[in-house]
Amino acid sequence: MRALRSSAVAAIAAATAVTSVAGCAAKNDGKGGGGKGTIEVTATDSSCELSAKEFPAGHVRFAVQNKGSKVTEVYVYAPGDRIVTERENIGPGTRTEITAEIKAGSYEIACKPGMKGDGIRQKVTASGKGASTKRDPKLDAAVAAYRKYVQEQADQTLPAAQKFADAVKDGDVEAAKKTYALSRVGWERTEPVAESFGDIDPKVDVRADGLEKGQKWTGWHKLEKSLWEEKKISGDDKKLADQLITDLKDWQKRVGKAEITPTSMANGAKELLDEVATGKVTGEEERYSHTDLLDFHANVEGAEKAYELLKPVVGKNDPALAKELDKQFKVIGELLDEHRDSKSADGFASYDTVGKSERKKLSDGVNALAEPLSKLAAAVATAK
Amino acid sequence: MTHDDGTPTENTATEDGQAAQTANGRAPSRRSLLGWGGAGLALGAVSAGGTAAALRTGDDARPAGADATAGSAIAFHGRHQAGIASAVQDRLHFASFDVTTDDRDELIALLKEWTKAAARMTAGDAVGGGAVGGLAEAPPDDTGEALGLPPSRLTLTFGIGPTLFEKDGKDRFGIKARRPEALIDLPQFPGDNLDKTRSGGDLCVQACADDPQVAVHAIRNLARIGFGKVAIRWSQLGFGKTSSTTPDAQTPRNMFGFKDGTHNLAGTDTAALDKHVWVADGEAKGKESWMAGGSYLVARRIRMHIETWDRTSLQEQEEIFGRNKGEGAPVGKKHERDTPHLKSMLPTAHVRLAHPDSNGGVRILRRGYSFTDGTDGLGRLDAGLFFLAYQRDVRQGFVPLQKRLAATDALNEYIQHVGSAVFAVPPGVRNADDWWGRALFA
Repeated sequence: MRALRSSAVAAIAAATAVTSVAGCAAKNDGKGGGGKGTIEVTATDSSCELSAKEFPAGHVRFAVQNKGSKVTEVYVYAPGDRIVTERENIGPGTRTEITAEIKAGSYEIACKPGMKGDGIRQKVTASGKGASTKRDPKLDAAVAAYRKYVQEQADQTLPAAQKFADAVKDGDVEAAKKTYALSRVGWERTEPVAESFGDIDPKVDVRADGLEKGQKWTGWHKLEKSLWEEKKISGDDKKLADQLITDLKDWQKRVGKAEITPTSMANGAKELLDEVATGKVTGEEERYSHTDLLDFHANVEGAEKAYELLKPVVGKNDPALAKELDKQFKVIGELLDEHRDSKSADGFASYDTVGKSERKKLSDGVNALAEPLSKLAAAVATAK
Repeated sequence: MTHDDGTPTENTATEDGQAAQTANGRAPSRRSLLGWGGAGLALGAVSAGGTAAALRTGDDARPAGADATAGSAIAFHGRHQAGIASAVQDRLHFASFDVTTDDRDELIALLKEWTKAAARMTAGDAVGGGAVGGLAEAPPDDTGEALGLPPSRLTLTFGIGPTLFEKDGKDRFGIKARRPEALIDLPQFPGDNLDKTRSGGDLCVQACADDPQVAVHAIRNLARIGFGKVAIRWSQLGFGKTSSTTPDAQTPRNMFGFKDGTHNLAGTDTAALDKHVWVADGEAKGKESWMAGGSYLVARRIRMHIETWDRTSLQEQEEIFGRNKGEGAPVGKKHERDTPHLKSMLPTAHVRLAHPDSNGGVRILRRGYSFTDGTDGLGRLDAGLFFLAYQRDVRQGFVPLQKRLAATDALNEYIQHVGSAVFAVPPGVRNADDWWGRALFA
């Protein structure tokens, strides 16, 4: 995991660099917000009124009043639906205050009566030094949709992981084995984003060789070893199962705040294939359970999702690249289909039964897809 | 690569590097970074000369000035492909590829792209838009490890294996009928212990250079360009050329410590090359016309049992070869180049069996390299000879020779053939509009 984590960090650094390079246009028009830099937010069951839609960047206070009959919540979204700040559980008739450091740029404020859905949204602009990034709205839409996907994956992971954790806590080795790989799918599909939380990844997805000195081994792979290698569940493992759920809940809660840009999405897709190329195709990732093929499949699905969302832009900027990626995603999908096994718990053959020449074929397929995928970021970054 | 710089850079292979650089106006070439004709060339000459001196000490030292051109570029375009008769460089990276696409147009597009990249790299230029200076968000077109290095006499030689014409009974690219008769599937020779994963291949590229980094860079970049259309099946690194095409240079030694290739075909002996190596125009008729000016390549990975050889007495070693170890003189003779008296040698002596006089006058052009791929897990050196031989017709060249050797060569106790492949090597790329395999796919 060590190398993977650093690549995720690099992607974020790259994404940041892109933002700062591009962001140099907006000017401070001097229009202030509400009294002394405070924005009044008035929420009802059907509206979300703001005292100002333009305000200076910097330390911003939102004074929220819920005049509706439902419990509401208020979110400040950066482009691509990144959560800048949010407050839940604002009861009917109550007031609350939210503060945030807001850089110059375009944002959306959402009130969510009943705490459901995308909310009632208002566009706002923070102006000042540093200025805003003007981006193709299609790319903003892609980022927002990808963020939604990432959130869905986290949301779906929790019940699957709970099933696995419950089996571990019951001391039921067989049931735990059957639910192990399935509990990882959502994580594997969105790994570059999941890994961007540097504190969660080493707790849930670290392998024995990735442990740093003094670090206690926790998470999926420790339990994997107990189940397949030691073939028994210890008292400590049961505690680890609870810990895994706690850590995954943390991920589920924070994933909306992840820094995602079109470039980081594209690089993330490539990184998912890098994951396959370095860890899965060799059988290192799931060295005890040999469930590598499901991880492999999930990584490819996640990469394909990112690509599909960026495709409206890529198809215009570099149609040849889009054509090649369409083809190679199809090829790798067919290659993986050859290894499906309806009798196995996770739907794929155990990787220790996949011979050397078959692994070579998979590896060639990964290279064939990953090479054009490495050009995706450029096709997005140069979007006009 | 989708990248296409659209400039006729192939012309640069034989032209002045600086002019080419200005003309294409793209990323800096390796030569321009160095200062073409200046420090770079001198640097190349010094380092290559240094290597040569380190390898061959004392009386074996090369004549001064022999490596003066070690860093330079070898013309890519010509009637024959470079890397066959041209002077043998010190290092090799040979790669065999499987074609993974079924699409003829895609294969052709790849061959064009490969040719373009090969012309650039042999001229000392970076692939496509270069290794630096491109978009920050994109991986560079060129991998960059040859930046700052001179062309290093890089040659890239392209070949086509039998399986490109037909595989599992299938005419894959509509060229089955054009498979030359001389491109046979090699027979099984006695003692062969061939590893399928180190044998065969639809295409091959032989990269030779005076600097291993330059040879590896070339194969790596071609492989990368090829992902999705081709996949590397196997590859072999080689060092210490085991035969020379320049008779005035010292004959190199193989891993058994013997001089090898004393009577190899000289790259300057055009009559002998025409007779034994190049496919003649008249010979390549009709469906085989695309091979006129080409040749046939046999590649064999020959493992040498180094440890047992080293425990063999000097007398036995010399008897097995039919030459003495120090000078390389044939049995009963004084000097290396003295005409051997075959009947003085053991009937099973290597030189006696391999000599043209024992093979109806047939000669092959050898271009092999030593290899050492670490140890084999049993503590034995995984070393030997990566045998490369070019000939006009494998059926008259390698096959009868190897049949004879495999049956009776005394050396067989110490060697084993573990990899094998045969390729049709098309004629040279004529100009910037030409590409590897054009006449075959025309």
